[in-house]
Amino acid sequence: MVTYLDNNATTRTDPEVLAAMLPYLSELYGNPSSMHSFGGQVGAAIEAAREQVASLLGAEATEIIFNSCGSEGNNTAIHAALAAQPEKRHIVTTAVEHPAILAVCKHLEKRGYTVTYLSVDGRGELDLMELEAAMTGGTALVTTMYANNETGVIFPVEKIGAIAKAYGATFHVDAVQAVGKVPIDLATSTIDLLTLSGHKLHAPKGIGVLYVRKGFRFRPFLLGGHQERGRRAGTHNVPAIVALGKAAELAQINLAHTKREAELRDMLECGLLATIPDTVVNGGGAPRLPNTTNIGFKYIEGEAILFMLNREGICASSGSACTSGSLDPSHVLTAMGLPYTILHGSIRFSLSRYTTEAEIRQVLTVMPEIVERLRAMSPFNNDQAEWLQERDVALAT
Amino acid sequence: MDEPRQRTPSPSTHPPPTHPPAYPPTHPPAPHPPLTPETAMWDYSEKVLELFYNPINQGTIDDSAEPDVAVVYGEVGSIACGDALRLHLKIQQSTDSILDARFQTFGCTSAIASSSALTEIIKGKTLDQALHITNQDIADFLGGLPEAKMHCSVMGQEALEAAIYKYRGIEVEHHEDDEGTLVCACYGITEKKIRRAIAENDLTTVEQVTNYVKAGGGCGSCLANIEDLIVDAQESAETVRAAAELAVAREQRSQEAAAPTPLTNLQKITLIQQVIDEEVRPILIADGGDVSLHDVEGDRVLVKLQGACGSCASSTETLKYAIEAKLQRRVLPTLTVEAI
Repeated sequence: MVTYLDNNATTRTDPEVLAAMLPYLSELYGNPSSMHSFGGQVGAAIEAAREQVASLLGAEATEIIFNSCGSEGNNTAIHAALAAQPEKRHIVTTAVEHPAILAVCKHLEKRGYTVTYLSVDGRGELDLMELEAAMTGGTALVTTMYANNETGVIFPVEKIGAIAKAYGATFHVDAVQAVGKVPIDLATSTIDLLTLSGHKLHAPKGIGVLYVRKGFRFRPFLLGGHQERGRRAGTHNVPAIVALGKAAELAQINLAHTKREAELRDMLECGLLATIPDTVVNGGGAPRLPNTTNIGFKYIEGEAILFMLNREGICASSGSACTSGSLDPSHVLTAMGLPYTILHGSIRFSLSRYTTEAEIRQVLTVMPEIVERLRAMSPFNNDQAEWLQERDVALAT
Repeated sequence: MDEPRQRTPSPSTHPPPTHPPAYPPTHPPAPHPPLTPETAMWDYSEKVLELFYNPINQGTIDDSAEPDVAVVYGEVGSIACGDALRLHLKIQQSTDSILDARFQTFGCTSAIASSSALTEIIKGKTLDQALHITNQDIADFLGGLPEAKMHCSVMGQEALEAAIYKYRGIEVEHHEDDEGTLVCACYGITEKKIRRAIAENDLTTVEQVTNYVKAGGGCGSCLANIEDLIVDAQESAETVRAAAELAVAREQRSQEAAAPTPLTNLQKITLIQQVIDEEVRPILIADGGDVSLHDVEGDRVLVKLQGACGSCASSTETLKYAIEAKLQRRVLPTLTVEAI
């Protein structure tokens, strides 16, 4: 049995979604850009999918641009925002964004742009005063997440947007983790640009959307084709677009049931905290996505925990350095100022509508023994352990 | 910029979903295929996974009251770095050998497996033997490690060194120490440590250095310096190789120079006569005997024993050991001596 609790990494394709896309992988293989009706019927399916996605977001169909993924959406949004106001050379973002934002900002710094990286507190929350202080008349773009992929902490996007608008800046939101988990209504929003990714809401990988508010002076990132009204060149990935449309429709229905996901998440969280000492919820005090919990198991290392879980058929993820493939722990948890005793032992469990109570109970059953075994091996077993320094155990202020 | 607008989506634009809300999903998905550790992100060997899931020798060793036994531990890493190892040794003082080894490790799968492997490798070894163990020995014992995890084996070797040095009262290098130039400020890695890793493991790229000792894995500002150290090491190795080749060539030349040039017959006879007169005859005369050179035929030296030597029972020994051995040593190794 496999217990999949890594849904912020990717989700399984819903069977209804798969059924919807299959014809477009077989008999309905026409190119929607063709003039004949064999392609035309495929074009109609794309427009239907566009409506479905627009409906989920409270947007208009013409505001939806299909692309390949969240990373493309984020890259496109930043470049489009800067192209819309080329005289402005300042960007505001946060220290906890996805690399598809941070890497672009770092690159732009080398190209002469100034970037402000807003800090977060120990709960993973922004200080709007810091945002206000960072804004200038030269700020071209404010780009923030809707919700953090590691902690699930939700940012107050409308308040952020209001500040951005007050300074004439474009407001982009990376909503990859939020779409399908929290209601989003762009009809009355301050958001100009919004990124989503299909595989986070039970569509397949390789399909995403950039929402561009009507009236925004958008310049394309990918050139060389008339697709998407000339705003994103490239032959339409028809099966995936149809799939995303269906996934958006199902997500809209299932928004009513995210409360159940939150209950299961809370059951997991409370159970782990009750049975395992020296355990903390990272970002627990802030508003969070209903499906996400990030738990720090002190004094042990995350990759080792994951391999122990893996043997039990449980899939999760960790922000530890050893897991990352680099040598640094999660930039999100680091920005929160978490002590090293927590940083390296953080595990993210992220649920979906397929998660069952039995799966949660399984985790609650195996986790105490896993933690106990690894702590028995660790030279650190409490905050007073010799060989620990104050900085290792103290929360950053 | 445009003002945010108020807009109500039209029903015709957004047809409501046709499905009744249902939970759990009405179309259960297909079951997952089974998980195997071998297909996880890191390609760990069976031995690594075996020692991770069932580690041998984890724990501590209590101070012993036994005579002739010392308990000591060495530690490397830190919780800040993401891995740390405290290695405990029980040492028999009279034989300088490791009776028992235990580990406490904060770290990932490969760190735990490397620690366990190390304790197995060193048990029963003398301290000097243990000091010859390299991180590659640990990795080999495990059936290999992913390159990005080689620093776990390095940590094992360093902890072993730290414990033995501590036992012997030798000062060891700590990351915080300023022994040698600090190259990587993020991980506190000194030039000395990097040079050692390069030399012991034949590292040729910056990425390998990062994998083995973590240097360069942080902000990246030291990458160029690491590259310089690699180039320097390669040049040094080249210099050593060139010097070795030169030394060999010189040795060959000197041997050739020292090698005696073949003697002419006249030189050979003259030299034989000289040795007999100066080094052999005085000894024989002292015993009432004597010898004279009769002829030289190739390598055959024909002599005539005289006086007491002519009638001596040990004349054969006189020929072989007193005369022939001396002539072979002083003139030519192939000479034989015969009495006429």
